[in-house]
Amino acid sequence: MSLLEFINRMLGKENTSSKNIAKERLRLVLVHDRASISPQMLNNLKEDLIRVISNYMDIDESCMEVNLSQDDREVALVASIPITRMKRDYSVRS
Amino acid sequence: MGEVIVVTSGKGGVGKTTTTANLGTGLATAGQKVVLVDTDIGLRNLDVVMGLENRIVYDIVDVTSGNCRLRQALIKDKRFENLYLLPAAQTKDKTAVSPEQMKVLSEELRNDFDYAIIDCPAGIEQGFKNAVAGADRAVVVTTPEMSAVRDADRIIGLLEASELSNPRLIINRIRPLMVKHGDMMDMADILDILAIELLGVVPEDESIIVSTNKGEPAVLDRGSKAGEAYRRITRRIRGEQVALMNLDIPDGLMSKFKKLLGLH
Ligand SMILES: Nc1ncnc2c1ncn2[C@@H]1O[C@H](COP(=O)(O)OP(=O)(O)OP(=O)(O)O)[C@@H](O)[C@H]1O
Ligand SMILES: [Mg+2]
Repeated sequence: MSLLEFINRMLGKENTSSKNIAKERLRLVLVHDRASISPQMLNNLKEDLIRVISNYMDIDESCMEVNLSQDDREVALVASIPITRMKRDYSVRS
Repeated sequence: MGEVIVVTSGKGGVGKTTTTANLGTGLATAGQKVVLVDTDIGLRNLDVVMGLENRIVYDIVDVTSGNCRLRQALIKDKRFENLYLLPAAQTKDKTAVSPEQMKVLSEELRNDFDYAIIDCPAGIEQGFKNAVAGADRAVVVTTPEMSAVRDADRIIGLLEASELSNPRLIINRIRPLMVKHGDMMDMADILDILAIELLGVVPEDESIIVSTNKGEPAVLDRGSKAGEAYRRITRRIRGEQVALMNLDIPDGLMSKFKKLLGLH
């Protein structure tokens, strides 16, 4: 424990304690673990996305990518969906 | 009709065998007819923890492959009339038993005993699949460390996928002083992350090592803290409502001083 950490703790600033670091890291890693347990879930999500987006534009399903990406702060859902054609008649249909 | 309970964890060395031995012995002390089943084929240990290692003739593979009758392979405990061990095979590997065979075995144990406690090997491979195949409910053991909690989360997912929902959690090897200093996750932190029902907390305790040395589970030792924790867990398994063991350390001089200064 560094002197600064020690002083922080004596002052009751607990956020630097190693258990809080562990808890935060665990929370992030489990988001990833739980999602990767079921590729099924990503697939379902992909199909749902295609269905919704197709109402507005034509997309290249074979090149579509949907993944979880993680940096040290957060886990994000990143989708790359190539558009082949916008639907002109959207405003008419709605 | 008895109940088959599997003790599992994912990560190795967190206290599955210790828990199986203590829970089983605790239940036997309470007058239940109990069998402990070691499914850690190739890494047999429950026999040693129970102090029954010198009496093994047949093992679980002999039973599932029809080499002998269940009755012949069961080792009766020296201390209790109603406590038995079915040892693992030491010279075979995990594929020597199949999940289907375990289901058949579990059915037989359910008919003959009040409780069958299954000690699961570490990992998520065949040994795990065998151990959970015939179980009615599951106990997940973890320690307050990141890697153990992470693996516990994985195991809980797999248990739910195999229709063993609502597993209950034992947090083992808690060090109250480290918790107090903010250097170890406490019960609330871990329950918050895993979101399952708590079965009990067990402190880090040297008496576990002493009891393993002697082959006498700590649950029999009135002076052991871990033993007391396992006595409470035993009662909870039987459906009683029992308060959690208080592992808090009383405030030291420093925190009294801080309170005085209004820093807490
Ligand atoms: N509460 C405790 N306090 C102190 N030591 C403990 C405690 N619980 C377990 N141990 C020790 O930790 C070690 C591992 O315990 P145990 O064999 O029960 O774990 P396990 O999960 O069955 O391991 P494996 O995955 O190898 O089967 C043993 O040496 C045991 O004595
Ligand atoms: Mg073990």
